[in-house]
Amino acid sequence: MAVNYGTKRLATGAHYGLRDWLAQRVTACLMALFTIILLAQVLLSKGPIGYDKWAGIFSAQWMKFLTFVVIISLLYHAWIGIRDIWMDYIKSVALRLSLQVLSIVWLVGCAGWAVQVLWRL
Amino acid sequence: MTDHASIARAKRPEFRNINAFSDLPTYLLPPAGIVSILHRVSGAILFVLMPFIIWMFDTSVSSEFSFARFTNLFSVGIGAVPGWMFKLIALAIMWSYLHHFIAGMRHLWMDISHDAVTKEFGRSSALVTLALGSLLTLALGAKLFGLY
Repeated sequence: MAVNYGTKRLATGAHYGLRDWLAQRVTACLMALFTIILLAQVLLSKGPIGYDKWAGIFSAQWMKFLTFVVIISLLYHAWIGIRDIWMDYIKSVALRLSLQVLSIVWLVGCAGWAVQVLWRL
Repeated sequence: MTDHASIARAKRPEFRNINAFSDLPTYLLPPAGIVSILHRVSGAILFVLMPFIIWMFDTSVSSEFSFARFTNLFSVGIGAVPGWMFKLIALAIMWSYLHHFIAGMRHLWMDISHDAVTKEFGRSSALVTLALGSLLTLALGAKLFGLY
């Protein structure tokens, strides 16, 4: 294996290991579970879905719990995916780091907004 | 690395001076490759449209008043932008989610099962992924635009 520590250490990149790979799959499973549960609640409800029914789905405490977990999962999952895209296509370290920072800002901001909406309910 | 290089491989076609008319139309990704790049594209679309997705979540659950704003966006639109434009954006989100979901399931299946890691399964599951994603998008899109 090539030396990538000491002075040869790469300044940017992934964690060169299992952690992010596994995290992306675990978070994917959680979001898939959420999707199926949400879809089931929508499909099993009778009649047209108005505000009461729709907001009612998210007002149950266990659903809030799951939705919160999914928001955090999405944050991490999307970070790994977007970071992979920058790492694959952007060769300039300065530009890549800038894009990675912007991605984090974008994702954390979005997650904060979603959590704010959830906790208002 | 050295093991890799020593394996005898079939000679692959070499392209020099690519002709746009004779070479490009025949140079196609296999279905698994198409699914793979679309997995990336759909993920990027969802990443870019995330504020709109959260806006929809926000307005649709916050109050009855905001729920009306949410439905109005798609029926009336906002300012000079007609509602169907937002329906198209919603359709893009639907396709992206469906494709990303199904392609992701295919990935997980290949992680779990060694039987699934073959050239044949890669091809057939890729075709199923593309078909299922497109058909579900068409079905939901027809519903979205009020065809049934």
